[in-house]
Amino acid sequence: MTRLYTYAAPSRFYRLSGALLPWLWLGAALFAALGLYLGFFVAPTDAQQGESYRIVFIHVPAAWMSMVIYLAMAAWAAIGWIFNARMAAMLARALAPSGAMFTLIALATGAFWGKPAWGTWWVWDARLTSELILLFLYVGYLALVETIDDMKRADHAGALLAIVGAVNVPVIYFSVRWWNTLHQGATISLVAAPTMHSTMLAAMLLLTFAFWAYALAVVFVRARAIVLEREHDALWVRVLVSPASASMPMPKGAPA
Amino acid sequence: MSWGSAAEFFAMGGYGLYVWGAYGLTAALLAFELGSALRRRRRALDAAARSSSTHRGMRR
Repeated sequence: MTRLYTYAAPSRFYRLSGALLPWLWLGAALFAALGLYLGFFVAPTDAQQGESYRIVFIHVPAAWMSMVIYLAMAAWAAIGWIFNARMAAMLARALAPSGAMFTLIALATGAFWGKPAWGTWWVWDARLTSELILLFLYVGYLALVETIDDMKRADHAGALLAIVGAVNVPVIYFSVRWWNTLHQGATISLVAAPTMHSTMLAAMLLLTFAFWAYALAVVFVRARAIVLEREHDALWVRVLVSPASASMPMPKGAPA
Repeated sequence: MSWGSAAEFFAMGGYGLYVWGAYGLTAALLAFELGSALRRRRRALDAAARSSSTHRGMRR
């Protein structure tokens, strides 16, 4: 059963992700357009920070993504290792560059916000430092899996690094509570009443959905590439790419 | 929020450099990432097509 599942997974993933991709791109574009409209044309000016606060609409969603993607990467890597599931291992690999990118975006937009808000691009406080460590973990993971030629060994080594590094994620999240940081506390809380203006909150959540849709889509594109790289000898891939079956209704060039 | 003019919008109350710097960099990074993912998929498709035609050549 496990055997059947693991052998069937990549081809099923390839088909399913291909069908989902157009909707994810559409969702990303719509949520981004709505969120940016609300964020720039409806949300009021902040009483203390003026217009500079508008960076929050991408900064907080990017920081959330950087942590969520890391946990997803570590979880898939662990599943791939423990159950010898090929698709899970490929998903872990596909998630890493996107996680690194969102971490970089969180750090960069934070610097652009820190300068007007705190008077400095960077401080070594617990939140910023632990997020920087997250970037190093992603870069370390990518460097590790790229330098080991044997695919399975690379997957296992990467999984070990990803799982051990996962301890950093709660450190990032709770850093503003555990240490006295220059960085402000949690932006929204599930238990406390919202402290943000409702249109600001709506804009931030819409851009969070946009980032989610974008991240899923770009990870799918990358995972599909990895599936083709690893499974190019499988019959279904040969049927997919064979010129003889070019008349099949399978999109090849499009982002799909 | 209603902006008086386009210039006022781009000035962002004096924080234009920071706000547009943050948004511009984010857009550039996402576009770069997307481009490289699409190129990788293209390469993988081409490589799979090549290896598939080699297989068929060998069988004949």
